[in-house]
Amino acid sequence: MTVPVDVTMRPKQKAGIESTRARTAVWLLAPTLIVLALVAGYPLFRTFYLAFTDATFENPGKFVGFDNFLFKADDGTWVGLLTDPAWWESVVNTVRFTIGSVLFETLLGLAFALVINSKIRGKGLLRTAILVPWAIPTVVSAQMWNWMYQDNLGILSQWGQSLGWLKVGQSFLSNPNTSLWALVAVDIWKTTPFMALLLLAGLQSIPSDMYEAAEVDGASKVRQFFRLTLPLLSPALLVALIFRTLDALRVFDMPYVVKGYAPDTLTMSMFARQQLIDNQSLGAGSAVSLLVFLIIMLFTVIYVTTLRVRFD
Amino acid sequence: MNKTLTLLTLTASLVAAGNAHAAGVTLTFACDSVGQGFDQCKKGTDAWSAKTGNTVKLLQVPKDTGDRLALYQQQLGAKASDVDVYMVDVVWPGLIGNSLLDLTSAVPKAVLDTHFQPIVKNNTIGGKLIAVPWFTDGGVLYYRSDLLKKYGFAAAPKTWSELQMMAQKIQDGERKTDPKFTGYVFQGKNYEGLTCDALEWVNSYGGGTIVDSTGKVTINNPKAVAAVKMLSSFVGTISPEAVTTYDEEGARNVFQAGSAAFMRNWPYAYSLGNSEKSPVKGKFDVAALPAGDGGSSSATLGGWQLAANKYSKHPKEATDLILYLTGNAEQKRRAVEASYNPTIPALYKDADVLKAVPFFGSLYDVFTGSVARPATATKTKYNAVSLAFSTAVYNSMTKKQTPEVALAAAQASITRAKGRGF
Repeated sequence: MTVPVDVTMRPKQKAGIESTRARTAVWLLAPTLIVLALVAGYPLFRTFYLAFTDATFENPGKFVGFDNFLFKADDGTWVGLLTDPAWWESVVNTVRFTIGSVLFETLLGLAFALVINSKIRGKGLLRTAILVPWAIPTVVSAQMWNWMYQDNLGILSQWGQSLGWLKVGQSFLSNPNTSLWALVAVDIWKTTPFMALLLLAGLQSIPSDMYEAAEVDGASKVRQFFRLTLPLLSPALLVALIFRTLDALRVFDMPYVVKGYAPDTLTMSMFARQQLIDNQSLGAGSAVSLLVFLIIMLFTVIYVTTLRVRFD
Repeated sequence: MNKTLTLLTLTASLVAAGNAHAAGVTLTFACDSVGQGFDQCKKGTDAWSAKTGNTVKLLQVPKDTGDRLALYQQQLGAKASDVDVYMVDVVWPGLIGNSLLDLTSAVPKAVLDTHFQPIVKNNTIGGKLIAVPWFTDGGVLYYRSDLLKKYGFAAAPKTWSELQMMAQKIQDGERKTDPKFTGYVFQGKNYEGLTCDALEWVNSYGGGTIVDSTGKVTINNPKAVAAVKMLSSFVGTISPEAVTTYDEEGARNVFQAGSAAFMRNWPYAYSLGNSEKSPVKGKFDVAALPAGDGGSSSATLGGWQLAANKYSKHPKEATDLILYLTGNAEQKRRAVEASYNPTIPALYKDADVLKAVPFFGSLYDVFTGSVARPATATKTKYNAVSLAFSTAVYNSMTKKQTPEVALAAAQASITRAKGRGF
């Protein structure tokens, strides 16, 4: 589209080709851009707009400025989303959930990927087997874990009780101090295969002659891992980390199935649904969605700037 | 000339009317999907179709009532005319009532008077009848009659203190042989079910209904605090701590496995508990829930109504279908064939019904003592109110807050949701 100035200095024919190419590119990109604007852009801006209205399901509402977030009520107290303790509790829950699950998933996923990538027998079978948790629909696996945690009949509670960690009638889910970590465990079980798969792809792109050279130079396996594997794996690792972090920050289905709207495991997305669907308030719900969007964006910016991810 | 024209018009209109009768209209009905719900809906609408020549298309609706509500709210919010008749939960009239057809003049008063009056009142929003009762539900107390006898108790507990004492004694005794045995299970997960359970406690202590009929927020009162304090003390003693993760099925699984002496649940658990393979078959009975100190037994009103879409293109036929399905004959058929609780008191004395489902006789008291959730008074904000209340009770049961602090927080949160009015 914007043709560099020096192009005009070139022979006329070449400039013609360049601009034709640019025009073709625009035409080829247009369908994608239009579809993106329709399915991603419009809903996003609609949500931004609704966040500043008092719309409900039945009533299109009017513009109320920042009232959904924060405003001074007639009696002088501050009210709005930013003063709601339930919202901040959900933020803390989600961040703790994200840090816990992503950390363990990365470590375990890396270990799995290294094992599968090594020359062992039954590698293909192992690679398939490892994907089973990831292949089960989340609602199904969440309900399955819910039953395993059940205090009376569940196997995990039986183990906990025979180890003396739990008393009769207790379960890891019923205690508000352990419930979030019980859910983190479910997420780790479910998503580690995904992490392993992404990292395996990264590992397989490292040329094997590098290891042969390292071998000749007499580097130990540990040294090879830290000096060779890890640096070369880092692009794949960072992409995987960003994927999982954003996913974990948006988590809704699994905690909702297992614990419902329990305050000790309420996540940001569940809070948004509460406002949006249960309370029918499009305005307040969109305000929550906007904050969720900003928080997720903050995490992405931190990753991209501090770790210098390059997307090329 | 004039005569010919009249004749022509008359013939044309007759033909049109004849055609309309032959083809009938097609109604779309968002009915039930739980258990045998869909099949029973189909039987009812088939009979109506055969009678009137109209056709009814039954929709497959979500199983979860919350998801159903979300879907219907979106349809009605968009003023869609696709669905003519909705089956609506007892707490929905306030939430979606504005989009439902006013049936006041369509339902004869004599017919309406045969139904349970609390339900009719619940379905009347601002003087308009917007739904007709179809089948009902109420919280009941299940108890192990064999264990009560074993430990020397003659009858089901009448008060919560009695239940606490009996459950403790049975639990202590049974734990010698079954270390996992527990006294009392109920719905303690933070969801609509906990609102139902907790409302029964609070109301049975005379602590009101969270929000009164004039829209005043009343939940933070000494009687309600006493009720929540009492019931929170159950958790970790006669009830497992994990009761805070139980829903209806969670509680039923424990009771039906024979691991609990008492259970609060809806009537549906009765037939399942008495099914062929159930370990507690014939060993349990149903009673009204206990009363609080200085109060009386309360059962939260559940159940479903039929309502017509205000934007429906066939309001007349829709109303006719509703009147047919909620009528005496169809309710009796459903009670006999599928043990749906009728909303017509007279059917609880009907010999055929009692022969098919004996426990309906003893349940009658439960439905006359039923307490409705404050959905009518809180209108579109009911969900916010319910969630604030159940969260407070949940926080008290998990010992995160004292009952006093929790209910004060609920009062503040509901008042905030109320704003300038419900």
